[in-house]
Amino acid sequence: MTTDQALGILFQLYQSLLVVALAPLLTGWVNQCCAWLQNRSGPGLLQPYRTLRKLFHKDAVMAYNASPLFRVTPYILFGCMWLAAAIIPIIAVDLPFSPAADVIALVGVFALARVFIALAAMDIGTAFGTLGARREMLVSFLAEPALLMVFFTASLISHSTQLPRIVDALAHHQFVLYPSLAFAGLAFVIVLLAENARIPIDNPATHLELTMIHEAMILEYSARHLALVEWASSLKLFAYISIGIALFVPYGIAEVGAMAGNWGSALPLAIFALLVKLILAGAALSLLEALLAKMRIFRAPEFLGTAFLLAVLGLLIHFLLGA
Amino acid sequence: MTMTHTIQLINLLAAMLLLIAFAMLSQRRILSLINLFAWQGLVLSLSTFVVAYSTDQRHLYYSAGLTLLLKVLVLPWLLHRLIRKLNVRWDVETLINIPTTMLVGIGLVIFAFNLAAPISQLSESITRGLIGIALASVLLSLLMMLTRRKAVPQVVGFLAMENGLFFAATSATHGMPLVVELGIALDVLVATFIFGIFFFQIRETFDSLDIRHMERLKDD
Amino acid sequence: MIDLQLMALLLTPLMGGLLLAAFGSRSWAAELNSLMSFGTFIAAVVLTMRVIDSGPQVAFNEQFFIDQFNVFLVALTAFVAFTTSLFSRPYMRIEQHHGKLTTQMLHLYYSMYQLFTLAMLVALTSNNMGIIWVAMEAATLTTVLLVSLYRTPASIEAAWKYFILCGVGIALALFGTILLYFAAERVLGEGGTALLWTHLNQVKGSLEPTVLKLAFVFLLVGYGTKIGLVPLHSWLPDAHAEGPTPVSAVLSGLLLNVALCAVMRCKVLVDGALGTHLAGNLMMGFGLLSVVVAALFLSRQKDIKRMFAYSSIEHMGLVTFAFGMGGPVATFAAMLHMTVHSLTKSAIFFAVGHAVQKSGTQQMENIRGMMQVSPTVGWGLMLGTLAILGMPPFGVFASEFLIITTAMHDYPWATPILLIALGIAFAAIFGKVQPIVFGETTARRLPHQPALIPVFAHLLLVLILGLYMPPYLADWYRQAAALLGG
Repeated sequence: MTTDQALGILFQLYQSLLVVALAPLLTGWVNQCCAWLQNRSGPGLLQPYRTLRKLFHKDAVMAYNASPLFRVTPYILFGCMWLAAAIIPIIAVDLPFSPAADVIALVGVFALARVFIALAAMDIGTAFGTLGARREMLVSFLAEPALLMVFFTASLISHSTQLPRIVDALAHHQFVLYPSLAFAGLAFVIVLLAENARIPIDNPATHLELTMIHEAMILEYSARHLALVEWASSLKLFAYISIGIALFVPYGIAEVGAMAGNWGSALPLAIFALLVKLILAGAALSLLEALLAKMRIFRAPEFLGTAFLLAVLGLLIHFLLGA
Repeated sequence: MTMTHTIQLINLLAAMLLLIAFAMLSQRRILSLINLFAWQGLVLSLSTFVVAYSTDQRHLYYSAGLTLLLKVLVLPWLLHRLIRKLNVRWDVETLINIPTTMLVGIGLVIFAFNLAAPISQLSESITRGLIGIALASVLLSLLMMLTRRKAVPQVVGFLAMENGLFFAATSATHGMPLVVELGIALDVLVATFIFGIFFFQIRETFDSLDIRHMERLKDD
Repeated sequence: MIDLQLMALLLTPLMGGLLLAAFGSRSWAAELNSLMSFGTFIAAVVLTMRVIDSGPQVAFNEQFFIDQFNVFLVALTAFVAFTTSLFSRPYMRIEQHHGKLTTQMLHLYYSMYQLFTLAMLVALTSNNMGIIWVAMEAATLTTVLLVSLYRTPASIEAAWKYFILCGVGIALALFGTILLYFAAERVLGEGGTALLWTHLNQVKGSLEPTVLKLAFVFLLVGYGTKIGLVPLHSWLPDAHAEGPTPVSAVLSGLLLNVALCAVMRCKVLVDGALGTHLAGNLMMGFGLLSVVVAALFLSRQKDIKRMFAYSSIEHMGLVTFAFGMGGPVATFAAMLHMTVHSLTKSAIFFAVGHAVQKSGTQQMENIRGMMQVSPTVGWGLMLGTLAILGMPPFGVFASEFLIITTAMHDYPWATPILLIALGIAFAAIFGKVQPIVFGETTARRLPHQPALIPVFAHLLLVLILGLYMPPYLADWYRQAAALLGG
């Protein structure tokens, strides 16, 4: 095993652990920013950790007609999100895990998690679970093609569907303004809001039965299962924001190959850049949520249709302008 | 600023122009429509300025300034004043629903790009592809005019169409001769005044700015 | 010298516009309007003489260009504008007497009338394709408020339609102009000369064909809206029917010609660049469609001005078709037809205007027995109708005959279509005008003497053109046809 490979594995491990540890913090930060914007003092950055600890210490209650599917779903969900977060180049490109899946497979991983949570929601047979699952599918069947289109635009620029290649092409070559990426970026923001149950589509802070989507699906979970589902949600948000960073502002990310010599300086720089970007992204997300109003659920298709349209426009512009 | 960066910047501004054209198409409020129009004017003015800077043509600076004055300040202000005076309802009513309009819009963009593709291929200058974008935004504004029921959005569509044309004139061809540009600007200004007069005439006669009232003249 | 002559031609209507803007509400405004139009006409005659004597000219730093083709339109425009101003003097006074117009409206009318003439003359004489566009737009802007002069719901609707449709059309024409500049800039370099028609004409062979093809489509569709080509014609009947009659006369007789002139300028360039007959085919297609559709619509009209507006669409379609065929004979015929159509159609609108005033309605079923009330109006209407329908002694017959024989020779398939359309138009118009002229009357006397000299002056000219074409005139037209690449 060469030093490069050893370093690669080390970084992979490091990134995976970092992501799992940081994800609830990001959620806490977004919540804290939301609280500030609403003139509240907020529960503090560490609140998600406290919630997780509390949930892990409780006894799980299960509906008597729950099938094994219902039990395993939280683990699958968590596993999928963790896998996704491990594939995305977050602190360094060329990690040993990343060739395992390209962007299309990444979308597949997210879809897998979604299928399981939707099935689990319907498993118990309550009205809310089914309703949430149906709405989730409505949103996702519009959001997924838009996400794919966003990825295609980026892939066309870098001639590869491998995320590390895309990031490498965008981050380590001469600085270029891509108009098509501007469109893709806007579309991505809309998809991010929809997929993470954020405000114009869903409100993560309420359990109002008429409007909720994500919360309706996980209504039957408790204790450690709920903790895993919540943690997976945090991971998903983290993963999406990381994808956004990787596609649109990848500057500062470390290169494993080049790092062999000076990893001591490249890695702290990469982590520092990541933290700054995450803080900014979280603040921007909460600002966006404060500015937007929750949409009627029947407006959601139109909103997501706009995302799809923007992504398609990005593609078209790429073909026309060659940039 | 190097040449490649200039090209990228103009391309980016062109893309923004198109984006705003789409945003106008999907807009439901008259006030936001006018604000978007002002933004489009700003993008237009910026791109003219960049072209002026990169090709070092004095008269394009005048064009950029004129655009800024006319399309970002004067016309939106006039329109704002008009709707306040006429007390227009805020909603924009559309003939076909907005998602369908957007789909038609995408179709128009593809059509425009196809039409312009042979031209972009033979152009080696910084204008590659800009004709297509300009044409697309002209067609989108045209679509907006066709699908709106009220007089004010129709007029905004008309002015936005002129924006697309102006973009084609300045960015894609490095500017028409100044006489022509001045003439066009004058025509647009006069047209806006006449539109204003019309708003009052229409309201006086029909008690509303809804074009649906004006369907009497038909060949039966 | 040419600068001076041209300046006289353009400054007279400009001065007229300014003077009438200042004094338009005085009692002698109508006379001033006629006087200024007469001045314009004299200037046009002088300019025409000059061009016939010494061939095509450029003026004012090459910004203006006059050759045999556009000078004939300049002369025609100035003449019809002058006679229309003579007609509008009593006509507008009667309207005022009937309480349909106020002094302010007349004020607006007089100043806009002069500015409209100016815009048309600039559009005709300009050498700069961009300025032609600007002038065409200015011509729309000056007339749009005239169409809604009566402030009735129908007239406002007509004016709005006119404004929006022509605005869209003219925007497309601007896009075409930009594309033209885009192609020209690559050959002539950036700057002022790349839009000058004379320069473009010299290098037309090296202009990029793909760009010019696209440009011509936009220009034809754009200016075609102004010409009133089907399917872009829907503003035309409304604007003609709802505007004051003098405005209908100049719109129909002049503005359509001016737009067609702009299209012809573009066609010459495109033909040179492409070396194919694409532009001609497009024009033939639009022209034929216009003739057929207008003929079919004619029989369904109830409003007399609307009916003659459709007749204008039909005739402009015919002219477009003839220009599209190309070749010396067809081009000659097209120009002759433009001339006689302008003269006849404005004469008809003059007569119709008075007939409408006498019976107080534009509905044809209520206008009856003009011959009894006023034989001059009746005869004017009858003779004008016969002339526009192409009855033999009149000039329209000669030009239509030439167009159809050329079509028979070059495009035999088009001949039956044209003949059938003309036949339908004949039946429709004649069947409706006949009871208007004869039949029992319900009409009233007018408070002012109607001006019928222009009607008969126009018809006399058309008759002369039909019977005997003066050789120098024929020569002139032939030269113009040759300039258009015929």
